[in-house]
Amino acid sequence: MERARFQYLARRAEPPKPLLSNVVRAFVAGGLISAVGQVVLGFFVGRGMSPEKAVSPTAVVMVFLGSLFTALGLYDRLAKWAGMGAALPITGFANSMVAPAMEFRTEGLVAGVGARIFQVAGPVLLYGLGSSFVVGMLVWIGLLLRYR
Amino acid sequence: MGSETALILAFLVGGALCALAQVLADVSRLSPAHVMVLFVVLGVAAGAVGVYEPLVKLAGAGASIPLTGFGYALAHGVEKEVRAEGVLGALSGSLKATGAGIKAAVVFAAVAALVARPRA
Repeated sequence: MERARFQYLARRAEPPKPLLSNVVRAFVAGGLISAVGQVVLGFFVGRGMSPEKAVSPTAVVMVFLGSLFTALGLYDRLAKWAGMGAALPITGFANSMVAPAMEFRTEGLVAGVGARIFQVAGPVLLYGLGSSFVVGMLVWIGLLLRYR
Repeated sequence: MGSETALILAFLVGGALCALAQVLADVSRLSPAHVMVLFVVLGVAAGAVGVYEPLVKLAGAGASIPLTGFGYALAHGVEKEVRAEGVLGALSGSLKATGAGIKAAVVFAAVAALVARPRA
């Protein structure tokens, strides 16, 4: 059978991708995690922090919760159900570090835990820090031009 | 703004960002890691041109908990530090703003690796 015809038939035989249900589940899970974050944020604001100052401790608490549920084996089950709804919140960033750290413990503390912990977080940090450096340089150049 | 309103806005905006990420992942067949990287950079860009800040004011954690909020914090931190400290702020600003979250993840991951066992 020709290759093109085979691919056409193979694609027809695949189950239809449940895009809508994937998106709904990501929305519900991501929304609920954000709502938990809002409760934590409200706690810090209620204790007299400005909303801007409260973002950092809120991130720490959410990272803790993401790490705890990963260690208990629950976050990866949520991720299977919710897809990006579990991966995109900062709890998913924590999960992307904690899960490989646990999994590669058997390969040693340096070559296992140490090397694998930034498997996903590394690229996120590289491109996040890299692009924010560019932003910083643009702001700096803008300030120089303004005061000339 | 009442706290119920804040909660609902956080749910809606946080959910919408994750739904958008899911559409992108499904349509483009990018891996979750690729989508995470893309959203951080989008957050940096949106923060730099000033469109993300109103969203943070409106939706609180709904805007700051998804990774676009992490990107916004990187860009916002850099901008603030460059204005206060000059060009060195382009290097020091972003980690000053986000360091607590990053280091918390490192510490918790190390603890989890020592005390917890992965299950199948």
